[in-house]
Amino acid sequence: MTTPDNSGDVRLSGISKTYDNGFTAVHPLDLTVPQGSFFALLGASGCGKTTTLRMIAGLEEPTTGAVHLGDQEVTHLPPYKRPVNTVFQSYALFPHLDIFENVAFGLRRRGIKSVKKQVEDMLDLVQLGEQARKKPHQLSGGQQQRVAVARALINHPKVLLLDEPLGALDLKLRRQMQLELKRIQTEVGITFVHVTHDQEEAMTMADTVAVMNAGRVEQLGSPTDLYENPNTTFVANFLGTSNLIEAEVDTTNGDDIVLEAGGGKLVLPKARCSAPTKAGGKVLVGIRPEKISLTHADDADRIPEGRNRLTGRIADASFIGVSTQYVIDSPVCDELAVYVQNVERDGRLVPGADVVLHWSPAHTFGLDADQDIDAGTEEEAAA
Amino acid sequence: MPLVNWLKRRLVVIAGLLTLAYLLLPNVVVTVFSFNKPKGRFNYAWQQFSLDAWKQPCGVADMCGSLSISLQIAVWATIGATVLGTMIAFALVRYRFRARGAVNSLIFLPMAMPEVVMAASLLTLFLNMGAQLGFYTILIAHIMFCLSFVVTAVKARVMSMDPRLEEAARDLYAGPLQTFLRVTLPIAAPGIAAGALLSFALSFDDFIITNFNAGSTVTFPMFVWGSAQRGTPVQINVIGTAMFLVAVLITLFSMVVTNRRTKHNA
Repeated sequence: MTTPDNSGDVRLSGISKTYDNGFTAVHPLDLTVPQGSFFALLGASGCGKTTTLRMIAGLEEPTTGAVHLGDQEVTHLPPYKRPVNTVFQSYALFPHLDIFENVAFGLRRRGIKSVKKQVEDMLDLVQLGEQARKKPHQLSGGQQQRVAVARALINHPKVLLLDEPLGALDLKLRRQMQLELKRIQTEVGITFVHVTHDQEEAMTMADTVAVMNAGRVEQLGSPTDLYENPNTTFVANFLGTSNLIEAEVDTTNGDDIVLEAGGGKLVLPKARCSAPTKAGGKVLVGIRPEKISLTHADDADRIPEGRNRLTGRIADASFIGVSTQYVIDSPVCDELAVYVQNVERDGRLVPGADVVLHWSPAHTFGLDADQDIDAGTEEEAAA
Repeated sequence: MPLVNWLKRRLVVIAGLLTLAYLLLPNVVVTVFSFNKPKGRFNYAWQQFSLDAWKQPCGVADMCGSLSISLQIAVWATIGATVLGTMIAFALVRYRFRARGAVNSLIFLPMAMPEVVMAASLLTLFLNMGAQLGFYTILIAHIMFCLSFVVTAVKARVMSMDPRLEEAARDLYAGPLQTFLRVTLPIAAPGIAAGALLSFALSFDDFIITNFNAGSTVTFPMFVWGSAQRGTPVQINVIGTAMFLVAVLITLFSMVVTNRRTKHNA
């Protein structure tokens, strides 16, 4: 019998960070990252995700709370005594050392004499064997990024921390490196904690995503879970796009809640509603744009029974190849987004046409109406 | 017309060569006259070629003694100013403390102050303290005015240094001392070296402040000044030429090293 290895668990209990100037970057936070998982901290800049990462690395001391790695408490250990390594945002490769020495740095500091074999193997893993004697500035951005990963991984850390490691790369290279990092993580089986502001990156790579906002974790779960069943307007808007419609609770009917919006009835499964529901109370009804079907108003009677419906008029349509994105004006909400796959295009669906929007109640989610309906949208970020 | 065109095309080269000649001509004169055999006590007119002075560089009374004092002061002043100046530069860039802004501007005062004013006030200070003028008062004065140059050179380098590099070192198992020795110092080294070279040249060269605070000690520039009143021995030119050659050799050496490194890396 072997006990399950949990030495790569990261446990944060009640950690917070308040800077000398009084700014609280992270509010008391509890988080457990299980051994071997790929965990992403996702949020806009300034949400406290990097501070959280730096507290795990030991580069920032928490104001309150404790950090555990496995069973070991490391809260007050300096970074060079923690079995954790970081891939920094700008890579932070040592400019005065060549690639070989950059990768060998951690081994040499721990007094390991024969580093040649290990460094060469590691450089081969990241496909940089040929570049060993070059200086960092002679490599491309993607190559530097791989050196940074190799320099951290060669130490076999219990946890690898990645601080926006792909932020400086162009889109194509970023996609490539996302797959590459995921492959390396699966291969070495180390716990990865990845900080990013790119929701697509987080969803592609991570097993579990924690969405952070203003120093707090808004919601934590698998990418599918977060996307299909967001608990707050911030998560609903920050991860992809959501249509949020204000509605009033009409009746509760078994496992479903019946809501009223603009004179029509909408059905919402009780299990998918994170808000308190009492008759007469307000709820935000959410639906993702790709879950909605569009039917021209003339064919409204062909829509199957039991679907949620809204009426509206097409305000704008943009064809983007794989799908067409519509903006619909509706009495309940003036800018509803609808994405329709270009399978059988209905030629009547042009701006100005009256349409019926309909979707399966199972895809509906409900949110507390007391929140800012625009939290996490791009407009808010720009403001 | 062809001549005008020829000139036009080579204008930059010609201007460059003229400037270089302007810079180097005094050195050439010094070198040429180190092979002179002057008639009187003054080495100001060319008489005939001779190697006498080169054969006996210390043939003039007290000259090599003053040279040795100047070299010693320059070495110690360089070490003192470089160590202190590097620490000041790091403190100014890395730490926030009270009066940081004031220190930041006050450190440049010795550079801006007329040297003769500083020399006179230093002398007043030393006399009031009852200090014995000589080697140590010169050294203290030199360290003081070299400091600002070291701080300027090192500060520029430290400011452009990414603080994440040191974090990365700490993250990769380097303790504070190792981080400093393996990462901070090597990256700041070019700035520190520039500051040190500048200090050496300034200290070795300095006449005004030294003259005020030397007491009975005679440095090489003071010796040259003194002898210029009575007659200029050819050996002065020998020492001047030798120093010029050493400087040229150092420059060539560093150029070769840099070239090798770039070629090796390419």
